[in-house]
Amino acid sequence: MASLVGSRVERKEDTRFLQGKGRYTADINIANQTYAVFVRSPHARAKIKSVDTSKALKSSGVVGVLTGKEIAEDKIGGLIAGWAIRSEDGSEMKVPANPPLAKDLANFVGEPIAVVFAETLDEAKEGAEKVKVDYKVLKAVVDPAEAMKSDAIHDGVDKNLCYDWLLGDRKAVDEAFSKADKIIKVDLINNRLVPNAMEPRACVVDYNTASEEITLYTTSQNPHLSRLVMSAFGGVAPENKLRVVAPDVGGGFGSKINVYNEEIVCSWASKKIERPIKWVAERTESFLTDTHGRDHVTHAELAVTNDGKFLGFKNETIANLGAYARVFGTVTPTYLFGPCATGVYVIPAAYSNVKAVYTNTAPVDAYRGAGRPEATYTIERLVEKAAMELGMDKTEIRMKNFPTQFPFKQTLVHTVDSGDYVAGLEKAKQMADYAGFEARRKKSEANGKLRGIGVSSYFEACGIAPSAAVMSLGCGVGLWESAEVRFNPTGQISVFTGAHSHGQSHDTTFAQIAADELGVPMENIDVVHGDTDKGTFGMGTYGSRSLTVGGIAIVNACKKIVAKGKRVAAKMLEVNEDEIEFKDGEFVALKSNKKKTIGEVAFACYLPGQRDEMKSPIPEGDEPGLIESSFFDPANFSFPAGSHICEVEIDPDTGNVKVEKYTAVDDFGRIVNPMIVEGQVHGGIAQGIGQALHENTQYDETGQLMTASYMDYTMPRADNFPEFNLGFTCTHATSNPLGVKGCGEAGAIASPPTVMNAVIDALGGQEISMPATAEKVWKACKSMKKSNAKAA
Amino acid sequence: MLLKITCDVLRIYSGRRHLMTKVTLEVNGKKVSKEVPDHTLLSVFLRDNLNLTGTHVGCDTSQCGACVVHVNGKSIKSCSTLAADVEGSKVTTIEGLAKDGKLHPMQAAFKKTHGLQCGYCTPGMVMSAVDLLQTKKNPSDQEIREWLEGNICRCTGYQNIVAAVKEAATKM
Repeated sequence: MASLVGSRVERKEDTRFLQGKGRYTADINIANQTYAVFVRSPHARAKIKSVDTSKALKSSGVVGVLTGKEIAEDKIGGLIAGWAIRSEDGSEMKVPANPPLAKDLANFVGEPIAVVFAETLDEAKEGAEKVKVDYKVLKAVVDPAEAMKSDAIHDGVDKNLCYDWLLGDRKAVDEAFSKADKIIKVDLINNRLVPNAMEPRACVVDYNTASEEITLYTTSQNPHLSRLVMSAFGGVAPENKLRVVAPDVGGGFGSKINVYNEEIVCSWASKKIERPIKWVAERTESFLTDTHGRDHVTHAELAVTNDGKFLGFKNETIANLGAYARVFGTVTPTYLFGPCATGVYVIPAAYSNVKAVYTNTAPVDAYRGAGRPEATYTIERLVEKAAMELGMDKTEIRMKNFPTQFPFKQTLVHTVDSGDYVAGLEKAKQMADYAGFEARRKKSEANGKLRGIGVSSYFEACGIAPSAAVMSLGCGVGLWESAEVRFNPTGQISVFTGAHSHGQSHDTTFAQIAADELGVPMENIDVVHGDTDKGTFGMGTYGSRSLTVGGIAIVNACKKIVAKGKRVAAKMLEVNEDEIEFKDGEFVALKSNKKKTIGEVAFACYLPGQRDEMKSPIPEGDEPGLIESSFFDPANFSFPAGSHICEVEIDPDTGNVKVEKYTAVDDFGRIVNPMIVEGQVHGGIAQGIGQALHENTQYDETGQLMTASYMDYTMPRADNFPEFNLGFTCTHATSNPLGVKGCGEAGAIASPPTVMNAVIDALGGQEISMPATAEKVWKACKSMKKSNAKAA
Repeated sequence: MLLKITCDVLRIYSGRRHLMTKVTLEVNGKKVSKEVPDHTLLSVFLRDNLNLTGTHVGCDTSQCGACVVHVNGKSIKSCSTLAADVEGSKVTTIEGLAKDGKLHPMQAAFKKTHGLQCGYCTPGMVMSAVDLLQTKKNPSDQEIREWLEGNICRCTGYQNIVAAVKEAATKM
């Protein structure tokens, strides 16, 4: 039987999505449901003096109005930070309370203050307009670079500083820098982004007054984790009385990891008003309240020798957490960022120092890549600048500092199990026709255009994560994943996974894996996820972990099925267990060549009594049935890596940047479904190009979000991209039995520096910040002309 | 046209929120008639009144295209069209594209080329792409990308969507 792993299998889930049969949260309606509309703070920072709900309560169709006062009285807990990060001086991080409905202070525009429930959506909107909130507006803290010098926005958080974190050795770095021929320096802004999953957040809550069970349908990347947080910290209901269902979810990119205010409030309120509740975000609500991504201000330096060897690296970053610390908010700019900031290079000494600050803006959390795009942007901008200043070829300087031995002990934290960075960059150069670039540059020049080429080489730590390692770094939970494989008596198989697919194609890829392990057709396998009532438990999907952690749990559960099957088959075939071989779905007695299919064995597992000549086929010590589960905890992160090359052409008259060519060569270890992996890379690159050229989240000085709709926030469109040229190299991961590495975030990690390096190359080394919009580039072209004229 | 838009805006914001109007349409080949508030958008009419939830709403400002359906054979954004304004029209939604249990060539092409991931933008994307091929038989890559400029996808980077349209062009 040919292996399904490695094949371009078409997706099982497509049949329903393509016919409009997907079932997203907003598609769900429950009889007798009410509609929720939230009253949100119009101010970035304000004292809430009073909330008057009397007029709203009298408004037509309004069923109930609840405020921060009631939720506090009911002792419903707030939103949480999932990781405890310590400062360099050993002190604990400072985390302010984040109540689901603000009672005394509003800390960002869009923060929920009250909620109105009504018979129709229109009536709920009218009711919400009648809630009168008396605010005392305070001066907002908006700019992260100024936050430490501004008024403290939270009681007990001095200088608005959550932590001042250090990873690495300052003294060793100082020594390394003292030996350098040259110090390369960059000042970078990693622009704030809004993840913008196409499906706005939503929740539908149904409270059953008889069983006292709450069912929450929600747009979550991790329903089990949501239940845990809502139960343990929110106190909404005990875990056994709370069912969380994340049905089809229309994209996440990190923005649907957190449990949000609306889910806690609606779940709590449904019990209070004894009615089902539906809430669906409008796009502007999503812009205002979904967790945002990135937002770093960085100064970094690289110490080099004249022949291009790297000696030391330092990174001083201010990370904007927004108004509150959320689930991955505190770890994204520390352990997901710092260790990767030394990139794919042997650098003897390094440190990363991160000061995380609170501001009166939406909370910042994981967004595709989470910390690793910021890290890669920092080191790859430095490396490219070093090549420029030393007059070296930009690929040569990289090759010169790549590790050649694996495992590679990276400077700060990770031991990278496998890779071949030289092979990746060589292949990228060849595919991109790197050697032919100068000719293309001249051709562009002849047409009055500026052409630039940019390179970046990256590695990242994903497949999060080994529980012992992350818990020692401050993670509040273990990051294992679970699976259960149920072999039903009549031969169909249900695979339950704690991972969640919101575009990642688990219905297909997980079925491919299980089909190979069990030797049955993929069509016999259903992958079940997204419902805490179905399947054991799970940590969900983020950090490119579904396959490398969740997929391996499936493999291990399947192996247990086969192991039990072998014992049963041995009894059925009247031989010893060690005389049985399992191959292509059949248990074969090696001597006699008698066989039982896995289907026959499964059926027998459910018939423990006498049948024909056979006394029970279940061996002594085994139980009936054929259901196995596994909790897999990886031994290490997975470390995908690669090199990307981009060419841009700039029209100096308009400042317009056109991405002419984009080549990506990635090493994801063994690939389960090349078609799906290519799709992940395409999407990641597009988001990264979006960051580099188009997207920016802009608050004004009072903390109003100026980019709160698709009229103002530039989402990349089809005509912004060329066709991406993808290639792969393969070194197997050694930390899991499939040899796989994560692939979901790589594109978004590698592409921003690749594109910006190309833009800066086209501008003759003139540095500009992301996004390189036409306006910025046009200005840069003008000043380039001026300095050229002066030089002439 | 300007007058029509002005009238629509006035109708929505004039406070006559509870005036009901009867809307009769032919949706996916079936005649339907419903009494709805007169400011009901076509997207809301399809989703809430007819339970055709394949038409999605992604932005409320007519930018993302998740809500694209066909009205009398042409693609339009149903989130910025009043149901009452298309009274008497033939409407085709994503649910009406497959015939006799067989995927439309555009749907089959999206599946073959992996032109979708989370599936949220997909219905609008497919409806828009079908209209493109009705308008132009063999569009170039650039023409496809420009046509789809009004449909935002956050997952695919558009590459496999372009491939799907090209694949469908060989079958339609």
